[in-house]
This record gives sequence, C-alpha cells and structure tokens, in this order.
Amino acid sequence: MSPSRGDRWLAGALGLAAALAGGAIVLILAFLVIEAWPALRQVGLSRFLGDSGWLPAAGPDGNFNLVPMLAGTVAVTAGAMLLAVPAGVISAIFCRYYAPLGVSHIYRRLIEVLAGIPSVVYGFWGLVVLVPWITRFRPPGQSLLAGALILALMVLPTVALLAESALRSLPRSYFEGAAALGLGRFTTVRSLALPAAAPGIGAGCVLATARALGETMAVLMVCGNVVQVPTSFFDPIRTLTANIALEMAYATQFHRSALFVSGLALMGLVGLLISAVERLSPKPAYE
Amino acid sequence: MSASPRETLDSPQKLQDACISTEGLSVSYAKSYALRDLHLEIPRGSITALVGPSGCGKSSFLKTLNRLTDLITGCRVTGSVRLDGEDIYQSGFDVLSLRRRVGMIFQKPNPFPLSIRRNLTLPLEEHGTQDSAALAAKTEAALRDVGLWDEVKDRLDSSAMILSGGQQQRLCIARALALGPEVVLLDEPCSALDPLSSAVVEDLIASLRESYTVIIVTHNLSQARRIADQTALFWLENGAGTLIETAPTEQFFSQPQHRLTKEYVSGARG
Ligand SMILES: Nc1ncnc2c1ncn2[C@@H]1O[C@H](COP(=O)(O)OP(=O)(O)O)[C@@H](O)[C@H]1O
Ligand SMILES: [Mg+2]
Repeated sequence: MSPSRGDRWLAGALGLAAALAGGAIVLILAFLVIEAWPALRQVGLSRFLGDSGWLPAAGPDGNFNLVPMLAGTVAVTAGAMLLAVPAGVISAIFCRYYAPLGVSHIYRRLIEVLAGIPSVVYGFWGLVVLVPWITRFRPPGQSLLAGALILALMVLPTVALLAESALRSLPRSYFEGAAALGLGRFTTVRSLALPAAAPGIGAGCVLATARALGETMAVLMVCGNVVQVPTSFFDPIRTLTANIALEMAYATQFHRSALFVSGLALMGLVGLLISAVERLSPKPAYE
Repeated sequence: MSASPRETLDSPQKLQDACISTEGLSVSYAKSYALRDLHLEIPRGSITALVGPSGCGKSSFLKTLNRLTDLITGCRVTGSVRLDGEDIYQSGFDVLSLRRRVGMIFQKPNPFPLSIRRNLTLPLEEHGTQDSAALAAKTEAALRDVGLWDEVKDRLDSSAMILSGGQQQRLCIARALALGPEVVLLDEPCSALDPLSSAVVEDLIASLRESYTVIIVTHNLSQARRIADQTALFWLENGAGTLIETAPTEQFFSQPQHRLTKEYVSGARG
C-alpha cells in the first residue's frame, strides 16, 4: 500500500523537524570548534592539560591549564550525584509505596515546585544560608561542599520525579504476582520494583548528571571560583561553566578563544558520560 | 466480617473432606456487589472448575481465597472463608503465609522481569529458604515438576521475559508450587496461550490432582470436562454473581439440574 498524501506530508514535516534538531546540534558543535580553533592551534592541547596555571589574558604566552576546572566540575558533579541519587530514589520509593495517598500527593507537588525554582535563587539561598553555615566549620565557606550541596538540591527533583515515573509505569501484574506469592512490601520494592525500574531510574540519573555538569549560576555563586585542584571538600573550586561565565564579559581575541576551549571540554565531559552509559547499560533481551 | 466460629454449620466430619469452605461469602466493589452469599465447599485433593459468563464474579471469588482482595481499594468481603477449618479473615491472620499456602496463577503469565532462577529463588528466600544448596535443589525440583527443567536448565540466568507464553505460564506455576502450597488457584490459565502450549499447561494442571487442591476458572467447557472432578456454574443474577449449581463434573454435563446449567452446557446461553 502506498502512503497517502497526508502521510507523506506528515513524514516530510517530521523529517524536517528532526533535521532541524540534529542540524542545530551539529552547528553548535561546529561553532564551538571554529571559535576554539585559534587557541587550540597556537597553544596546543598539551598546554591546556599541563600548563602551570590559568592566565589566558596574556595571549599565546599566557597559561592555559584547564585541569583545575575539569577537576572542579567533575568533583562537584560527583558529590552532588552521590547525595542526590540515593535521596531521590528513596523519596520516589517513599512516595510510591509507603506514603499515604494524601501525603504522597503533597510531596510530589513540593518536588515539582523544587524543580521549578530558578537556579539564581538556589544560588542566593546558598550564599546567604549554606555558605555562612559551612564557614562556621571551616572558612572560607564558598567551597566544593557548598557547590555539591546546592547542586544536589537542584537535581534531586529530576532524579525523584523520573524515578517515581519509572516505578509508576511498572505493570500492576508484577505487584499482583508478588502479593500472590506472599512477598512482603520491602522485598517487593527492593528485589522486584527497583531492578525492574532500573533502566528508567538510570536514565533519570544521567539526565540529572548532565544538568549538574552544565549548571552555572548557582555553582558560580557558592563555589568561590578559585582556580585550583581541590584537595578537600572545603576548598573553593572553579567549574568550567563558571570559568566561562566569569571571564567571557571582558575576554578578547585569544582569551575568548581559550574560553571556547573550556566549552568544548564541558561538551567532552557530557559526551563521555553519554558514551559510558551507552557502553554500560544492558541491552534489553527482547522488543 | 464475623470472626466467631460457626459451630453449628461446621460439623467436624465436614471439615475433614473440605479443604476450603465458604459461608455467606459476598464481595462488593465501591457500590455494587460482584458476588453475593456464596456457599461452596472445595474437597481436598481434587480439581474444581468454575465456569460461567464474564463478569459473574469468578475472579473475585478466587481473590477472596488468598485475600488478594486486600489489595483492591474499595473492595469489601463479608461472610467467611475457611481454610482447613480456620477463618482466613479473622483478625491477626498471617496473610503472607496464607498466600504461600494458597498459590495463584493469573490469566496473563506474569513472571517477574528478572532471571528465570530469580523468579523461583525470590519467593523461596522470602519464605525462609536461605541455604544456596537448598535453593538450587528446590529450583530444579519445581522446574522439573512443570516440565521446564530440560528447556531452561542451560539458561537459568537469562531473563524470564524471553520465554514463550506457555513457558512463562509454567514458570509461574513452578514459582507457586516451589512454596509447597496446599491450594492452587488458576484464573483462566490457558486463555492467553496458543493451543499447543495450552494443552501442555492443561496436562500439567491435571497432574496436580491429589498433591494439591486445585480451583480453576475456565471458559473452555471441554477443558473443565477433561480435568475437573467437580464443576460449579456462576451466573449474574440481580446484578451480582451467584453460584447456580455445583456437581461432580460428569453429572454436571450429562444431567444438569438447573435450567441455566442445561442451557450453558448445551451452548444455548453464556
Ligand atoms: N478491581 C475492581 N474494581 C471494581 N470492580 C471490579 C473490580 N474487579 C472486578 N470488578 C467487578 O466485579 C464484577 C465481577 O468481576 P470478576 O470477578 O472479574 O468476574 P469474572 O472473573 O467472572 O469475569 C464485574 O462487574 C467487575 O466489573
Ligand atoms: Mg475473570
């Protein structure tokens, strides 16, 4: 059967939309590479990883070490995910299987609100409440720890909502089957629901990690932005995103190009994350 | 739900042959009755087939016997269900162990999306088998009982979801049998299967007689006739399911007493 005219129109429109979306990504990448090219060519990749510091305003003779920013980004993201994944998954389980109906409804609304708070507001709150609190233990307060805590709070809703929706989409028949075998609630959750929902929960975690890697404003406000590889949770750090946001306003020529290399490095981290997930996630047995 | 024993109704002699007996059992959802005032005795070590048109409360009846009705919000059960003479709705009754004693198989095979092995070991562990040698032995025995061992012994760790429908249903039966139940409830266990798998599962169910008390809901009258010792007809009357007639299977089909049974077995109604 040949497709009808309407079908062909629809296929054409969908194809165009897909091409636009795909094309935009390619264009952005190409743009990044073109802008980063002068710095990459004259300084070379090795100096971006091995220079003695970060003094890009001095032109090609400056210092271009991005390792502190890479380390800062990875550390703050890892710290945030270490907190947000367990908290998010546990709150999804609570919401889905333990909370009374009314409570779980209110709880879900709260988490949705949390997801909607603008990142600059998180930053304000971190600066006014979290940083002084950390200062009491160990100054300066603006630190890797503050960034990780704020980021954890910011990505918690993503983890919790996606985990909850993965759990909710499990078929009722699993739970009927579990109940009919006399499995208790805890066993059903731990040994059936969680493994069955793992792919969805994992996807939520990847999304949240990507968001944490790219978050700019809040981490810029609470992390201190000192260019150094952190050796403790209380050290100030500078992330790749903060690096760009802080310097872009006044960067010219060579400096500007070096900041685009920062952007490329960030894209590289996201790409690494996605290809690692691709590699590690088990292929479905069927369908 | 009355928890008081009904001495007058349960003479000791009756209790000996009846594995399950219900007295005035009714089930209602939100506002309407699904089943009203059911009196039925299920003899031990036999196969009882429940037949009747859709919506007359057969599934609801099965779910009262392992208290799966507890899971349904708005579902109310009144009257009594006795298992070995003990009221399973009395307060403080251990529901999880009830469900170990009364296994249930559903219309659509519902293996867990875990490995074949895990489908068996998970319920076994929950009910107290921890030793890994014992788990392996019970897993193998249960799979042999349902004739699945030779088909899956080399891929116990692959997902149960790759099995065919008939194999999945036999895995579900194995999973229930592994717990050593007294009663096995089957809700149209063959109706989602192709004819060949259906025949295999039917033979398996027939082989459960004597070791277990079996109650099977089926829309397939010839299946009921082939495997059941007695057959019960459910019907929708005044908006609620009721029991019309219970008789030894041969008699049920050859000399039905009730008008509806005559019409139903002759295919005139239902
Ligand atoms: N979970 C439920 N909630 C509300 N009504 C239900 C539920 N399950 C069954 N019923 C109703 O109870 C009646 C009997 O259903 P069921 O026991 O499934 O009958 P059968 O298995 O004989 O087809 C039907 O009218 C059905 O709509
Ligand atoms: Mg039914």
